[in-house]
Amino acid sequence: MDTVEKIVEDFASDIAMSSFSSGTRLRDMIRAIRACKTAAEERAVVRRECAAIRTAISENEPALRHRNMAKLMFIHMLGYPTHFAHMECLKLIAAAGYPEKRVGYLGLMLLLDERQEVLMLVTNSLKQDLNHPNQFIVGLALCALGNICSAEMARDLSPEVERLMRSREVNTKKKAALCSIRIVRKVPDLAENFMALAASLLKEKHHGVLISAIQLCTELCKASKDALEYLRKNCIEGLVRILRDVSNSSYAPEYDVSGIADPFLHIRVLKLMRILGQGDADCSEYMNDILAQVATKTDSNKNAGNAILYECVQTIMGIEATSGLRVLAINILGRFLSNRDNNIRYVALNMLMRAIAVDALAVQRHRTTILECVKDADASIRKRALELVFLLVNDTNVKPLTKELIDYLSIADPDFKGDLTSKICSIVEKFSQEKLWYLDQMFKVLSLAGNHVKDDVCHALIVVLSNASELQGYSVRSLYKALQAYGKQGSLVRVAVWCIGEYGEMLVNNVGMLDGEEKITVTESDAVDAVEIALNRHSADATTGAMCLVALLKLSSRFPSTSERVKQIVARNKENAVLELQQRSIEFSSIIQRHQSIRSSLLERMPVLDEASYLVKRATATQATISANKHAPTVAPGGLKLPNGVAKPTSAPLADLLDLSSDDAPASTTTSTTTPNDFLQDLLGIGGVSTSTAGVPSTASTDILMDLLSIGSSPLQNGTPGQESKPVHAVPEAIDLLGSLSSTTSVSAETKPTRLVSQGMDLLDGLSSSTSVSGLEKTVHPSITAFQSTTLKITFDLKRQPGNPRETTIHATFTNLTSSTYTDFIFQAAVPKFIQLKLDPASGNTVPANGNGSVTQGLSVTNNQQGQVYEDLHPLVPPFYLASIVYLFYWLEFNLLPYDVVYNC
Amino acid sequence: MIHAVMVISTQAKPRLLKFYSFQPPEKHQELVRSVFQLLSARPDGVSNFVEVDSIFGPGTKMVYKHLATLYFVFVFDSSENELAMLDLIQVFVETLDRCFKNVCELDIVFNFNKLHTILDEMILGGQVIETSSEQIMKSVEEIARLEKQSSTTSLIPKSISERFSR
Repeated sequence: MDTVEKIVEDFASDIAMSSFSSGTRLRDMIRAIRACKTAAEERAVVRRECAAIRTAISENEPALRHRNMAKLMFIHMLGYPTHFAHMECLKLIAAAGYPEKRVGYLGLMLLLDERQEVLMLVTNSLKQDLNHPNQFIVGLALCALGNICSAEMARDLSPEVERLMRSREVNTKKKAALCSIRIVRKVPDLAENFMALAASLLKEKHHGVLISAIQLCTELCKASKDALEYLRKNCIEGLVRILRDVSNSSYAPEYDVSGIADPFLHIRVLKLMRILGQGDADCSEYMNDILAQVATKTDSNKNAGNAILYECVQTIMGIEATSGLRVLAINILGRFLSNRDNNIRYVALNMLMRAIAVDALAVQRHRTTILECVKDADASIRKRALELVFLLVNDTNVKPLTKELIDYLSIADPDFKGDLTSKICSIVEKFSQEKLWYLDQMFKVLSLAGNHVKDDVCHALIVVLSNASELQGYSVRSLYKALQAYGKQGSLVRVAVWCIGEYGEMLVNNVGMLDGEEKITVTESDAVDAVEIALNRHSADATTGAMCLVALLKLSSRFPSTSERVKQIVARNKENAVLELQQRSIEFSSIIQRHQSIRSSLLERMPVLDEASYLVKRATATQATISANKHAPTVAPGGLKLPNGVAKPTSAPLADLLDLSSDDAPASTTTSTTTPNDFLQDLLGIGGVSTSTAGVPSTASTDILMDLLSIGSSPLQNGTPGQESKPVHAVPEAIDLLGSLSSTTSVSAETKPTRLVSQGMDLLDGLSSSTSVSGLEKTVHPSITAFQSTTLKITFDLKRQPGNPRETTIHATFTNLTSSTYTDFIFQAAVPKFIQLKLDPASGNTVPANGNGSVTQGLSVTNNQQGQVYEDLHPLVPPFYLASIVYLFYWLEFNLLPYDVVYNC
Repeated sequence: MIHAVMVISTQAKPRLLKFYSFQPPEKHQELVRSVFQLLSARPDGVSNFVEVDSIFGPGTKMVYKHLATLYFVFVFDSSENELAMLDLIQVFVETLDRCFKNVCELDIVFNFNKLHTILDEMILGGQVIETSSEQIMKSVEEIARLEKQSSTTSLIPKSISERFSR
C-alpha cells in the first residue's frame, strides 16, 4: 500500500515539477523495465527502446534529444551498450538551454570515457561554457571537466579554470579548485600556476571552499616539490588557524555531524599538515600545540569524533612530533583497540600497522589485544590483525604467538584457515631456532589444517627432515600417530607417507628415541596398513596416490615379510583410473616380481637433500619465473632453422643431443639443476628430466660432450650443482669417462661447430678467445681454434673467395686429444637460413688418439645477407664477452662463425 | 580519492553507478556483481570496511551502509579517512532524505537523474566538494528552479504540441 501511495505521490510531483524527469516517458520506460519478470523480457524492452532512440537520433529530433539521453543513461546503468549516443551528448552540450546542457554533461560524464576521441570535440563547448555568465552553466562545465578531462584538455582549459578560481561565486570557486586537482594530476607541470591561488583560497570563510582548497594544496604537494616548499612557507599558519577555529567553534548547525563541528574539514587539514610536517622539524613544531589540543579535546563517543582522532594520530605518527605527543597518540590507539565498535577496531589495527614502523615497542604492548582480534568474528578485522601479528613476531615472542595461532587454527573459520595456515608456516620457517620445535609446529599445522598447507611448505619440511638424521625416528613416529588421527588432511598424508616409506624401520624399531618420548609399538604390517589406508582414501589425488605407491614399494624392500602383501596392493592398482597410478603400479609390480636382484639398491633411502640449494631455489623461484617471462619472447621469434628446412625451436638441437643419452643420463642430470638453470630451461622451453642439464649454456657443451661420451657406459654419477656451474671442473670428469670407454666407442659428433665455437669460447674464456678476438681486427683470418676441450680440438682455417666476398671457405681440422680413438666420427653443422653451407666429404671417419694425426673437412659458407643482419645485432659486439644468457642465445641462434667473419665476409 | 559511488539494491540491481577513476563500461556490471557478492556475504554487526584490492586495484577499500533495501557503497583509496567516508555516506543519505522526504528505493529508481545532480554537488572528480547537506540542497533547489524556468519557456509548448500531434 505504501508503495502505491508513493508512486501516486511521485507521479503528482512529476507533473508538478517535470524538470528533473525529462518528460513522463522516461518513467514509462523505467516502469516497463521494472515490470519485466525475466532477463529476456528486459532485454526485449531495452532493445525496443534503443531502436526507437536510434531512429530519433537519425531523424535528428532536437525536442526528444534530452529525454532520450536520460533514458540512455538508465539503460547504460543496466549494462547495455550506448555508444551510438556519444554524438548526441555533444549536441546537447552545444544547445543553449540549461536542461539540455545539464543532461548533455551528465551523459558526457556517464556514457563517454577517456578512450573516446569524441572527447576532444567537446573542448570548445567546455571553453564557451566556462566563460558563460550563468554560474550554474559554469558549474556544469567545471564538474564535467573535473570528472573526465584529458591531458590535452587540461592544457587547453587551465587558464579558464585559474580565472574561475578568482570568481566571486562560492560554488564556482570550490568547483574550480577541485577541477584543478584533475588538471594537475593530468599535467603535473601546471602545478606551479595554481600554488599562489590555492594558498589564497585558504583565507576564505566558507567551509566548502576551504575543503576544496585544502584538497588542492594536498594534491599540489604530491605533484611538485616546489609547491610543497611554497606551501610550507605560506600556508602553515593559515592551516593552524583554520583548525583552531573549527575545533573551537561553538555549535555550527550547517556542518555539524552528530555534534562535532565539520569533521571533514578537520580531517582534510590534518592530512595536509601531515604532508607539510613530514621531515620538517619547524613545521612540525608549529603544529604541536594544536594537534595536542585536537587529540585531547575531541569527543570520542561518536564516529565523527573518532574519525578526527584517527586522522590526528596518523598525523602525529607522520610528522616530527614531540615524544609527549607520540605517547598521547599511542594511548588513543589503545583506547580504540578496546572499543566495542568494529569499525573503530578496524581502523585501530590499520593505524597500528603504520605505527609499527615508528614505535614497534609501543605496538608490542597491545599484542594480547591484537591476538584477540585475530579470533574476531569479523573477517576484515581478522585479516588485518593477522597481518599485524605477522609483523609483530620476533625471536623472543615467536613461541607463545605461534602456540596461540595454532591453538586457534583448530576452531578457525574454514575461509580463514588458508590465510592463517600460510602465515603460521612462514612464521615458523622464519623464526625457528631449533629443528625439533620447527618439526613439532609443522606437524601440528599439518594435522589441523593439512588441506591448506602449500606444496612448497611440504617440500621445505621434507628437505629439513632428510637433513635432520637424529630426528627422523621421532618425526616418523609423530607423523604415524598424526596420520592415525587426522587421515583426511592431504599434506599430512603426503609427508607422513613419504616418511614411512623412507624411515619405516625407525618407526617399527623405535630408533632414535628422544627424551620424554612415548614408546609406541608398531608392527611391520601396521606400517603397511597405514599406507594402504592412505592410498585407498586418497586414490583420487594422483600425487598422494603416487607417493603411497612409492612408499609401499620401499616398505616391501625394508620389510621382506610384507613383500607379498605389497605386491597384492600394488597389483590391485594396475587398473586404477588415474593413468599415473596405473602406470606406476604396473612398473612397480614388475620391479617386485622380476627384478629382485636390483630391488634393494633401487629402493635405498633417498640421499640427503641439499638444504642450502633448495633454499636458494625457493627464494629465487618467483624471481626467475618473472625474468623468464620477460626474456622468453626475445628468443622465441627467432626459431632456429635447420638446414633441412624444418623449423625447430631454438632448443631442439640441444635437446636432440641430449636425447641420445636420455636412456641412461637422467641419473646424472636430475640433481644438477640449480635455480639459474631453471630460468634457462624456461627460456629454452625444454621440459622433462633428461634435458635438465641444458642448464647454463656455458656448461652445455661440456654436458653434451659428456652425454655423448656416456653412450654405452654406466650412468654418470656426477653433477653436484657446484660442478655443473663450473664447467672447467666438469671437463676432467669427461676425460675420466672417456678413459673408461673402450677404444671402439663410436662418437657421433652431431654438433654444430658454431655452437661449439661460441660455447667453447665462453666456456674456456681466456683460452681460446684470444685467438678469435685477434680475428676481429683482421680481414684475413688466420687459423682459429674453434673449439678446444681436453677431449677434442677443432681448428678452422678461414679463406675468403677472391671473386665472391660473401663466400668463405673453411678448412676444419679435428684433433682427438684423448688416449682412445674416435671411430665413426661425423661432423655436422647447422646454419641460419640466410647462410648457405656446403660440406665437403671428410678425410676420414676415424680420429686417432693422443693427437696423432687428425681428420680434416672442407666447408664453404655463403652469407646471403651480408652486413644486414649483423648491423641489427650491433649491440651484441663483442660476442665473446656476452654475460647475459639471453644474449648468448641470440648469439647462438645467429652465429655460424665468430662474429667478425660473417660480418665482414 | 573516491574511486566509485554505487547504490545497489538488495536484489543486486544497480541503482546508481558513478566512477571517478576510469573503469571500462563493459566492466561495470561485473564490478556491481562482485561488490554485491562481497556485501551479501557479510553478516550484520561486522565492520563496514572491506578491502577490495582484487576488484578495484591495489590499496582500495570499500565502505558500505545497508539501509532498508539498499546498499550505499563508496570505494576509495588510502588517501581517504575510512571513518569520514562512513560519515559522508550519512551526509549523502541525509541529503536524499531531505530531497525526497523519507527516501525509498522507488524514489531512487525513478529519479536517478536527480541523484546524479546531488552527487555532483557533493563529490567532484573523486574529491569531496561539499559536506553540508543544507548547502547541497540549496544548490540542487536552485538548479531545479533554473530547469523549471527554462522548461516553462521551451519545453511545455513542445510537449503540448507533441500531445496534439499524437
